[in-house]
Amino acid sequence: MYKYNDFDESFVRSRVAQFRGQVERRIDGSLTEDEFKPLRLMNGLYLQLHAYMLRVAIPYGTLNSGQMRQLAFIADKWDKGYGHFTTRQNIQYNWPKLKDVPDMLDALADVEMHAIQTSGNTIRNVTADHFAGAAADEIEDPRPYAELLRQWSTDHPEFQFLPRKFKIAVTGAAEDRAVVRAHDIGLQIIRNDTGEVGFQVIVGGGLGRTPMVGKVLRDFLPKEDLLPYCEAIVSVYNLLGRRDNKYKARIKITVHENGLEKIQELVEDRFKSIRATFSGHDQTLLSEISAAFAPPAYAQKSTDGYEAARLANPAFRSWTDTNLTSHKQEGYAIVSISIKKHGNTPGDASSDQMRVMAELAEAYGHNELRISHEQNVILPHVHKADLPAIYQALRAADLATANIGLVSDIIACPGMDYCALATARSIPIAQQIATRFDELKIEHDIGELKIKISGCINACGHHHVGHIGILGLDRAGVENYQITLGGDGTQTTSIGERAGPGFSADEIVPAIERLVTGYMDLRTDESETFLQTYRRLGMEPFKTILYPAEDKANAA
Amino acid sequence: MARTFTPKVVTANALLEGDAVWLTEDNRWSPNMAEAELLTDEAHADLRLLEAQGRVDEIAGAYLADAKAGENGPEPTHFREEFRTRGPSNYAYGKQVELS
Repeated sequence: MYKYNDFDESFVRSRVAQFRGQVERRIDGSLTEDEFKPLRLMNGLYLQLHAYMLRVAIPYGTLNSGQMRQLAFIADKWDKGYGHFTTRQNIQYNWPKLKDVPDMLDALADVEMHAIQTSGNTIRNVTADHFAGAAADEIEDPRPYAELLRQWSTDHPEFQFLPRKFKIAVTGAAEDRAVVRAHDIGLQIIRNDTGEVGFQVIVGGGLGRTPMVGKVLRDFLPKEDLLPYCEAIVSVYNLLGRRDNKYKARIKITVHENGLEKIQELVEDRFKSIRATFSGHDQTLLSEISAAFAPPAYAQKSTDGYEAARLANPAFRSWTDTNLTSHKQEGYAIVSISIKKHGNTPGDASSDQMRVMAELAEAYGHNELRISHEQNVILPHVHKADLPAIYQALRAADLATANIGLVSDIIACPGMDYCALATARSIPIAQQIATRFDELKIEHDIGELKIKISGCINACGHHHVGHIGILGLDRAGVENYQITLGGDGTQTTSIGERAGPGFSADEIVPAIERLVTGYMDLRTDESETFLQTYRRLGMEPFKTILYPAEDKANAA
Repeated sequence: MARTFTPKVVTANALLEGDAVWLTEDNRWSPNMAEAELLTDEAHADLRLLEAQGRVDEIAGAYLADAKAGENGPEPTHFREEFRTRGPSNYAYGKQVELS
């Protein structure tokens, strides 16, 4: 893992000291809220419905055991003993007091963490494939590039006041687990015809009010051109992006309004003029960073115990069937720890659970943890021989739910239970759907299904790319839930289509149940996923299931 | 025809705690909406909001929210404002436990 150098350390410490002064001046009234707001946002501090909220960056979702323990400590000391893992691989604390926030930031700095640029119109936390460095299908670990981008974008003087926020995601695998086509810049590590490794650069993707699938700006970018090329993109956007209308300010609109060709021309021009100013220091830095991401010292052990445990314990077998992913190293597996126990809040972990996960990473996982954008926690490097012990420890901590990728593994934003921007609640809907399908005991029969819920049009819950998306709205003073179908956040990204009129809070869970059981009747066999069935049959049969004819007759 | 004015309360977030507070008739910030001053006159409501917004070292983000008269004092009319009087629905935190 990357370790802070003296520059990183002093930069983060000085930002905490600055913010401490700003908080003092806000509390004594010498700064108004209007003056203070941009300063607190630069440091990840929001004011929400019931309290302040601190969003802490977890760069490319990677953290070590010590950092996870510190997140637990912060939750206990200054919050209510839990944290919420987000769809951008960050963690949010929902109950900090204003006067405590500088101390929280100091505690983060103690473990090389911060909340800088987790808000505001800047380049946000760079996200990456949560299986980076471990996945069997990976060309190269994307995290050294993500770290290089983090260092370049942090406090970049030209990019502190962009037209709007700017999000970058990187993946090194063909299977896209980082939703790169729904980011302002998506970077996919590829190998070209001559075997050279570089990036496919995707631009102008995004969800929110105007969802768009990113477009390929450059088919193949040599690795050493990464920073100047990204700088060219962001500086073109910085000038061309609209500042007159916040809803048209993201780069997806800039690309849409100007056309991909014009953006390509401008970016290539800008790239030519700044390429020479990158004299090679970035490449020296990259090689230092890459060394920090060297693979762990893998162990050689027998997996006989693992196979025997699978045979002996059906619950363990079920968990290994759903929560493990192939590792590039023989004998190893990637463990996804579900933070989606049926009926619980998606992405919320207690401080005790954080400590258990930290201990497991230390004892069995080469001291590494990841946060996935699907709001789960990953142990990326685990020897199969250790899986039975890990499973027992997870069970004891209520963390052994075997539901990764299934109907109850729901992404949900905080919604109107916390968020000041929300138009409806999302957490209770997620809880009820998961509880209902657990009662029906059919989620393993249903198979792969991604439900994603947002509590407003800004789409933090990624509903547009859910196989089933749910969007909570305020319709004449009542919570109302709109369903979209056929969304996909992988390498075959597509934006879900609206199924029809929305459902009330009481109707939405039965509607989802109808939809899912209806799909089971429509699929060719158990191997055809919900998304495949939707792509084969289109919207019509699902519409018929969602809006039965007699209801239409009654409504008419 | 003059448009009828929906009664309002002045509400904001407390500066230090960040929780929802309401402006009372005697110029306190109460965590209990029932203690709020119910504003039935538009001009008076605008004036009270201006006064509230000037109290920068006590609160942030003051605004006028729709309300109605209830048995024990003003009550919310919209679900968002109702949630602000209570707290989140996934845990027993916030006013639902602090006020009882």
